[in-house]
Amino acid sequence: MTTKDQVEHGEGVTRRNFLYVASGAVGAVGVTAAAWPLVDQMNPSADVLALASVEVDLSTIAEGSTVKILWRGKPIFIRHRTAAEIKTAVADNGANDLIDPEDDQARASRPEWLIMVGVCTHLGCVPLDQRGDFNGWFCPCHGSHYDISGRIRKGPAPRNLEVPKYAFLSDTTVKIG
Amino acid sequence: MGSSNYEPTNKAVKWFEDRLPILGLLHGTVGAGYLAPRNLNYWWNFGSLAGFMLVVQIITGVVLVMHYTPHVDMAFRAVEHIMRDVNYGWLIRYIHSNGASMFFVVVYIHILRGMYFGSYKSPREVLWFLGLVIYLLMMATGFMGYVLPWGQMSFWGATVITNLFGAFDFYDGMGEGILHLLWGGFSVDNPTLQRFFSLHYLLPFVIVGVVILHIWALHLPGSNNPLGIDAKGPGDKIPFHPYYTAKDAFGLSFFIVIFAIFIFYMPNIMGHPDNYIEANPMVTPPHIVPEWYYLPFYTILKAVPDKLFGVIAMFASILIFFVLPWLDGSKVRSAKFRPTTAFFFWLFLVNALFLGYLGTKLPDEIMIDMAGGIDALTLGRISSVFYFAYFIVIVPWVSRRETTKPVPTSIAQSVLDSRKEG
Repeated sequence: MTTKDQVEHGEGVTRRNFLYVASGAVGAVGVTAAAWPLVDQMNPSADVLALASVEVDLSTIAEGSTVKILWRGKPIFIRHRTAAEIKTAVADNGANDLIDPEDDQARASRPEWLIMVGVCTHLGCVPLDQRGDFNGWFCPCHGSHYDISGRIRKGPAPRNLEVPKYAFLSDTTVKIG
Repeated sequence: MGSSNYEPTNKAVKWFEDRLPILGLLHGTVGAGYLAPRNLNYWWNFGSLAGFMLVVQIITGVVLVMHYTPHVDMAFRAVEHIMRDVNYGWLIRYIHSNGASMFFVVVYIHILRGMYFGSYKSPREVLWFLGLVIYLLMMATGFMGYVLPWGQMSFWGATVITNLFGAFDFYDGMGEGILHLLWGGFSVDNPTLQRFFSLHYLLPFVIVGVVILHIWALHLPGSNNPLGIDAKGPGDKIPFHPYYTAKDAFGLSFFIVIFAIFIFYMPNIMGHPDNYIEANPMVTPPHIVPEWYYLPFYTILKAVPDKLFGVIAMFASILIFFVLPWLDGSKVRSAKFRPTTAFFFWLFLVNALFLGYLGTKLPDEIMIDMAGGIDALTLGRISSVFYFAYFIVIVPWVSRRETTKPVPTSIAQSVLDSRKEG
């Protein structure tokens, strides 16, 4: 082996070949390691991630109305649903035009309170209240129709309106996040 | 770039030139040392106009940055400060905002000229690629610049366009991960504004770099010309300076008049009134429209019912220009001698303008009041299909089948013949 690395164009693997590949590999790892912080700095920073959860007083929200609050820079819809709306939502569980089938019970742990991120799953616009073919939400940007459970029924959006993580601290207070 | 026979007579200049031959480089690139075909028409003016607009945008942009603050709480006010308080701030901002539109107008004409006269064909493919890279960089730069005033259209335009990248959702959380990386948060917010500002300042200089490569690639084969035939003998060519510098300067002065009409008499016609309302993440404007120069692609996006395929179709509609040199199999470059090609070129142009017009419409807006009403979405789909059919079916088929008209033997001969007829 000690003499082979003197031969530049000889057959087989020489020590020089090995050194080329090894130093190239170390260089590639180094470049990747140096590049990663430059990419990762674009991800949400610690203070953005630490954004506190919000607590909302539900006692002021009348039945049949929707309140919008801001959480992590996005609107959250909190709808106090009427008995008729809950009935419609549950009855539609098996509807065959559901693009992203999901039961209403799975979307609202307490059926009178529907809590969702008010961002259209198509391209991120804020849907309008009580509009559209299903009298739920309607996105004015590209025409997505959501039902009274926030499920996508018609239009280009691929998924139902997202339900954030939340917990009821009492009968009148909910913590989102 | 251009081979130079530059020989300065001034001793000091010669001393300098011997140590850094940059004047010779300029002489051979945009001076008397560059020999261009003698028959270039005014459509060949738009390359230098695009260069002029790039310089205008960089100069006005650098000045605007002296008065602007890239922060969600201050950006909107900073722009109003420029408009109301800064000396001539209104003028500089109006030049910059209308300048973006003018830059796209001249670049679109420049691209269409290349399509009509076959400037993308061998041996100018790399030249064509570099032009497309410049165009893509311009689209990114223009989009990020539109976000900086932090008005309603800025915010919601940024939201819709960044969300396009969320369509690449191949495993659970991938789309969301991409979006959080782009935004630096959970929605378009201050980190997004700051990175857009940084990149909006950077990319124009990247464009300058690619423009230099573009001119370099141009000067190896030399300029194409309306006849599309190679310039051969000395009778086919004239020095760039003074002939085309003078012609370009004349065209430039005409262009500046039109540019000034926009700046002084209708400075907001290209913008959207909603952008004079400060960004509000709780309220989406009833109708989000991108800047006019993206509208044809926006229609293609809306025409496809699936989110991922809509995004792919939109990107494909631009990237397909990269393969045009191979889709076109004709031995003749210029559409002057290809009547069927010319016919479909104009049809393509009309269709592209129609796609742009549809981009401003709501999908369910009734456009033709017959057969129960034909909405904008349906027309957008028909137009989008024609757009792709032009590249995938019409160009490959027509270019290989068409009987072309006789091509003149040389540029000089053609010029002499046309004089005799005249």
